[in-house]
This record gives sequence, C-alpha cells and structure tokens, in this order.
Amino acid sequence: MSRDFYIFSNGRLKRKDNTIYFIDCLENKRTLPIEQINCIHLFGEIDLNSKLINYLSQYGIMLSFYNYYGYYSGTYYPRKKNVSGFTVVNQANHYNDYEKRLYIAKAFVDSAVHHILKNMRRHKEGIEDLIERIQNERKNIEEAQRIDELMGIEGRIRKSYYKSFNKILKSDFGIQKREKRPPTDPVNAMISFGNSLMYTTVLSEIYKTQLDPTISFLHEPSVKRFSLGLDISEIFKPLIVDTVIFSLVNNRVITFDEFDIEEGICYLNEKGRKKFISEYERKLGTTIKHRKLKRKVSYRMFIRLECYKLIKHFIGDEEYKPLKAWW
Amino acid sequence: MEFNLDNFKVQGVKVNYYYICKRKLWLYSKGITMEQNSDRVMIGKLVHENSYKRLKKKEVLIDDMLKIDILDNDYVREVKISSKMTKADKMQLMYYLYYLDSLGIKKKGLINYVKEKRQEEIELTDEYKREIEKTLIDIKEISQKRKPPELVKLPYCTKCAYYEFCFVKEEV
Ligand code: SF4
Repeated sequence: MSRDFYIFSNGRLKRKDNTIYFIDCLENKRTLPIEQINCIHLFGEIDLNSKLINYLSQYGIMLSFYNYYGYYSGTYYPRKKNVSGFTVVNQANHYNDYEKRLYIAKAFVDSAVHHILKNMRRHKEGIEDLIERIQNERKNIEEAQRIDELMGIEGRIRKSYYKSFNKILKSDFGIQKREKRPPTDPVNAMISFGNSLMYTTVLSEIYKTQLDPTISFLHEPSVKRFSLGLDISEIFKPLIVDTVIFSLVNNRVITFDEFDIEEGICYLNEKGRKKFISEYERKLGTTIKHRKLKRKVSYRMFIRLECYKLIKHFIGDEEYKPLKAWW
Repeated sequence: MEFNLDNFKVQGVKVNYYYICKRKLWLYSKGITMEQNSDRVMIGKLVHENSYKRLKKKEVLIDDMLKIDILDNDYVREVKISSKMTKADKMQLMYYLYYLDSLGIKKKGLINYVKEKRQEEIELTDEYKREIEKTLIDIKEISQKRKPPELVKLPYCTKCAYYEFCFVKEEV
C-alpha cells in the first residue's frame, strides 16, 4: 500500500542507496520507504538534487510544492511508463470534435452538481430556496450548446452553493463570496487548500493510467496546468473537499486558532494544515461497497475508476457516465 | 499459403492472453496495461527471483521479442506460480518452441509449477505448429481492431488485473 507523505519542516530530502531520507534543520532524520510512497508534498523550504528526482522518477513518484502560505505552486510529474498512443490519439479526438467535447464537459458539470446538491440536502434547513435555485439551473446543463455557457451555469450554481455554506457551517465561520487569490477569510482559505490537494490527488491517479493529463474538456487545455486534473477534480471537490471542511468546522476540530493572516492573505498555519490533511487522508481512505464491482472501493480508488471510464469512452468501449454518489 | 513468422511475431505474453481473454489481449496490445494494481505481477516477480538462483541462464531475450525464462541444452523452461491457466501457459511455451524451431533450434519445453512442485513436459508437434500459426494470425487480427472485444464475464475476471477497468459502470 502506498501513501502520500507530507513534509512541513525545512530541511533536505535525499537519496541514500535505496531509501529516501528527510533531514530537517535540526538534523533529525526521517526515512521514507520508496515502495510505500505515492506522492510527496513539500510545505517547507526543502533542498533536493537531481539524483533524488531521478530516483523518484523511476518509481513514478510525484512531488508537489506549496509556498510559504501553503498555497500550491506546482508538481513534478515524472515521465510516464505506461503510455498508450492509441488512447491518447482517441482522447484528443474527443477534444477536437466539439460535440464530443461538450458531452464530456457536461458530464463533469452534472456530476459536480449532483454532489453539490447531495451536500446541501444533508443540511437543508434554511437553504431550501438555494437548493431549488440550483435544481432549476441544473436543467440548463442539458441544453447548453457551448462550453462557456456551461461554465456560466456552473459559476451561478457555485455562487448559490457557497452562499449556503453560511448555514451549513455551524460556529462563526462564514463566507462572503468565493475568492481565489488570495483568500482573505478562513473558509476561502480551506477551500483553496483543499482544492489544491484534490488536484494533486487526481493527478496522481491519472498518472497511474494511460490518460494524457494535458488534454481536457471542460477547462481549456493549457500549457501551464495539467488541465484534465482540473476537470476531474470538479466531480470530487464537493464529494471530498467540502465534506472535509464541513466535518472539521462542525465538529470544532478546526477553529480560528488554526489560521493566520498576513498582508491580507488568510492561510492555514502548520497546525491547521496537519488537521486538514489528516481528515482529508482519512476521507480518501474511506471505503464504500461498489454496487457494480461488488467490492469495497476507497474514495481515492473512485478517482481512478473515473479515469478508467474515460479511457473506455475514448477507445469506443463504453459511453462515459460520470460518478453520481449513491450512498 | 506459406506462413511467414516475420509478419506475425509477437511477445509471448500475447499468446498467453489469447488463450485467457481476447479482450485482455486487445487492451494489452494497445498499451492499456494494469501493472500498478496487480499484486500477482509482484508475486510472480518474487517467485521468479527466488526459485532459480542456482541455474545460470535465466531470462534470455531472443530476437528482442521473446523473454525466455531458462534455456538449457534440451529444454526451454517456464516458471509459473499455479496451474490455473495451463492451456495458456502451455501455448505460450509452445510458441517459444515454434519460434526457436523457425531459427533452427530444436528444444522441448518444461513448465515448472513452483507452488505445486510439479513439472510438465511438452513437445512441438505438427498439429501444434498449425495451431500456433492460426493463433498468430488471430492475434494480429484482434490487435488491429478499432474497438476492444465486448465484455463477457469469465470465471477468472474477479482475479484479473483488469477487473475494475472492465466492470466499472454507473447505474443510469
Ligand atoms: S476482467 Fe475478465 S474480461 Fe476483463 S480483461 Fe480480465 S479476464 Fe478479460
């Protein structure tokens, strides 16, 4: 079983023989067994060299970097071993044909909305009107003729959704509106933090398949980001990240003490990040009995399954239907 | 018509998959592999590394195409964990014998089932030669299909590395 490692302190990451070591600034040594690493997340100021990178690449291990505020900076994505030209060519065909692209983009948005509504219904007091508004807006997805129209629908839905956070979240946590860069309140800070964790988790699952992370459908394929990761994240953000936030806040695990504000930027401090990550990892590991596979499947595996369904769609095996959590 | 091996040669594992599942063969031939979630592959590697330490020639690569486990004066040997897929294992080895035969090297085959401590000897006959040729023609045809063969549930699907891939579905 491989897992993600998170490094919060400053120090040096290095390879010696067949082991990875993290040595912090006080010379404390921590061992990371190579076969057990899925992805390493670096929050501190870390020195590393190409010898380490080459070694990690052999094992297909991703490195994700975060800045001082814990905001995502980027990922080192090693060259893939399991490539399938056939799959990539067909994936690209589904991007190039606008009808086909729209079909997949709609599926992503509809699944996201399904999960958004699921969250809202669980806490429905006082937000019935917002739920209704979203249900009405959802009907437009089917009719949308263009991707930007679809993006507009999604934007409006998210606006109503985030408004409902003020009711869903007990305690004094609230949100005026969603602000991405930089977040200025704790709720926005958590959404941003959670969404970047989600993005890297999705990337690491894409990595294990033959999908090309640069060819996306809802988001415009761009040179800067592995935009397929953004696409697939849409499905899982409400299902995983938002439920983590609700549980942390409503069970009073996270309080205002876990946030710092500097120069107008609100961010989770180290204690806050650790709490968030541990709940996030717990969620990813939670299993559900899959009604088709008849076996237990973790939330993380659900992401991989989504990749498999996309591959099947691209190679003409079976039409893609997005996940709509039934539990 | 004369059968020309050069036009049909494939990796041995494809011959194996041909007898297990045509869909698996197709997916594999398109580069859609499932290494990352197969424990059996891992076990296979371990068994392999530990079983034949004493014998010198292990894993010989022939013609950039065949990875033969062990080659000695009389035999080509294959190491397998269990005997569940006997037909597939046998035909994969038969293909090796056929291939070597076409290079003018005559050998017999020996399959070692490590777990069961059992061996099976096989010999290339004319009948098997024809069967291998037919199989190679079929493999080429299947690999060139634009779509994978339709999913049909086989008794060993739940143990296959492709199980999640093949059977994941949404209920609407
Ligand atoms: S799961 Fe079954 S159908 Fe799919 S590749 Fe494996 S054996 Fe073939």
